[in-house]
Amino acid sequence: MSTLTSASATVRKRHGSRRAKHIVGRMLIYGALLFWAFICLFPIYWTVSTSFKSAVDVTQGHLIPWLDFQPDWKGWRSIGLSPDAILRTSNPRDEFMSRFENSVITSVGASFLALVLGSLAAYGLSRFRYKFAWMRNDDILFFFMSQLILPPVVLALPFLVLYKALALLDTRFGLILLYTLTVLPIVIWIMRDQFNSIPIELDEAAFVDGLSVWGAFLRIILPLAVPGMAAAFILSLVLCWNEYFFAALLTSTDAKTLPVMVASQTGSQGINWWSMAALSTAAIAPLVLVGIFLERYIVSGLTTGAGK
Amino acid sequence: MQKSAAVADGGHHKPAPRYNLARRKVAGRALVAIASLGGLLVLLVQILHTTGTIQAGFTNWRPILYAYLLWSIALGVGQVMIRGERGQRALFLLPAVLFTVAVVIFPTLFGFYIASLDWNLSSLEGPHFNGLDNLIALFNDTYYWNALGNMVFYTLAVVAEYAIAFALALLLNADIRARKFFRVVFLLPLMLSPVAVSWMIGKSLMEYRFGPAATLARALGWDNPAFFAHPWIARVSIDAMDAWVSIPFIMIILLAGLQAMPKEVLEAAKVDGANGWQSFWHVTFPIMLPVSVTVLIIRIIFKLKLADIVINVTAGGPGGATDTVSSFIYRVYRDRSNVGYGTGLAIFYLLLIIVFLTVLLRLTSRWMQKVA
Repeated sequence: MSTLTSASATVRKRHGSRRAKHIVGRMLIYGALLFWAFICLFPIYWTVSTSFKSAVDVTQGHLIPWLDFQPDWKGWRSIGLSPDAILRTSNPRDEFMSRFENSVITSVGASFLALVLGSLAAYGLSRFRYKFAWMRNDDILFFFMSQLILPPVVLALPFLVLYKALALLDTRFGLILLYTLTVLPIVIWIMRDQFNSIPIELDEAAFVDGLSVWGAFLRIILPLAVPGMAAAFILSLVLCWNEYFFAALLTSTDAKTLPVMVASQTGSQGINWWSMAALSTAAIAPLVLVGIFLERYIVSGLTTGAGK
Repeated sequence: MQKSAAVADGGHHKPAPRYNLARRKVAGRALVAIASLGGLLVLLVQILHTTGTIQAGFTNWRPILYAYLLWSIALGVGQVMIRGERGQRALFLLPAVLFTVAVVIFPTLFGFYIASLDWNLSSLEGPHFNGLDNLIALFNDTYYWNALGNMVFYTLAVVAEYAIAFALALLLNADIRARKFFRVVFLLPLMLSPVAVSWMIGKSLMEYRFGPAATLARALGWDNPAFFAHPWIARVSIDAMDAWVSIPFIMIILLAGLQAMPKEVLEAAKVDGANGWQSFWHVTFPIMLPVSVTVLIIRIIFKLKLADIVINVTAGGPGGATDTVSSFIYRVYRDRSNVGYGTGLAIFYLLLIIVFLTVLLRLTSRWMQKVA
């Protein structure tokens, strides 16, 4: 009897130590998760909160609104986006809005163009066998993918000279062409994977029904490829929206995008903390929203081909 | 039964389509030929106009672009007319190929030409040919070699990024609550523009006097938290920012790999009495090797383009310690307007990258996932 109780006690004890170990493990995991969440979120929090601070609050390192400092629309007023300034005319706001518009048009335009060109090529590469000189499908795909390694510095200057001759310098269209080029390999990669996952029997059924190659593609396959297209489009959007190098070299007044505007403000000495913070917040806000609400598509776009 | 009827039907109409087919082929060839001739003519006129031989011509080269577009359309239509069904198939690939040739191949070749010029935008005399002088100057340019040396550091730092990203992926793959929340939060830095990050972190968080990071460093006992004054600290700081932006990318891909891993393998390891570390080192890591190598190579490709953070935070300083090749060439363009030499540097860099990546792909192809 007594031996039995002592045995069960040791079992319970061992069980208890295992539970303690388990709890410690849990705490470590959640501790690490929270720590990294802090690292990811703090710079964003700092930027957003700084846009509501006055100079004293910045220099004294105040962090918590209402407790540490009294939030104020100062930063937003300086770019004309605060509630009281939004109805008045404001030059900084006009500039900001025109940069914002440029960013939207170039990134959406380039993503759309890349999606059209890339989907077509990806469908072709996934369904048909091509032979162009010595190049077969794999070589052609490698040719497209190899564009990824091209550093922007190599293209920047030839483009500067060519665009000058073509009168495309400082135009949105010029930027759209370049951005399309930078995201095209990624779009082709994602879309090819997407088309490969759609059974070829569907194409064959469409041919039997009397549809042409293009009819089958447009009416049967393309609607099924919408998830991949969404992923490719959003990923392209993110890359184009954030692009700085080409925009800095190839635009001056008309087609300047948001990153160039942000960068040009940081260069000056004696930074206006609040207005820089407001500007940065406004520049990153669209993509932060995209990241929060469309995370699924970004992940599925990035993980194309992984784990297969 | 139906089939034979169809064949009979087709046989009945055969002479007419064949006749049409031949005519269509001829018309297609003619179309392509006319379009090519027209395009060449426009090009010739413009070249002669620019060199001053003839008066007629356009004020800029934009019409050449339209001519290329028209020629491309004619080529596509011609393909369908000449080759029928196979032409229609080629039409899928043609737009992307023509686009890539126009915006990559041609400018790159043009870049080789510029690289052989002595061309400074700020000097009064125009460009003139100087052969390999740029290449020779390049070998004596210590700043360029310094930047290349920095690239070695930045590239090696990818391994550290990978280690952190792997740890995060394992955390997210563990049995946790609020997984979706953490995944979204961990992904957020990837969304942010490097330029905004340069300001948010480099110029404000790491500000010497009152940036929170500096305050924290002082509290931890570092008296003089100047993140961008000492060469090595500056280099690490720059890379920390780049890592902050790009770790999510590595993490997400590794996470996908982990989730695709068969559960039975880890359970088998557990049954065999392996502890956490052993099962990671002997089971998870080897299974993840192909994904890892793939993501590392993609990451290295992107790392080799690193520029915007350096340009905006340190402009290469202190004394070129944080310069990447791209940011250095950017300054050659922007500050010295030395476009011939800058392009020479860029082309040389491209060749180095191609050699490096070819060797890397050869060495790692054993473990690589088949990308193509």
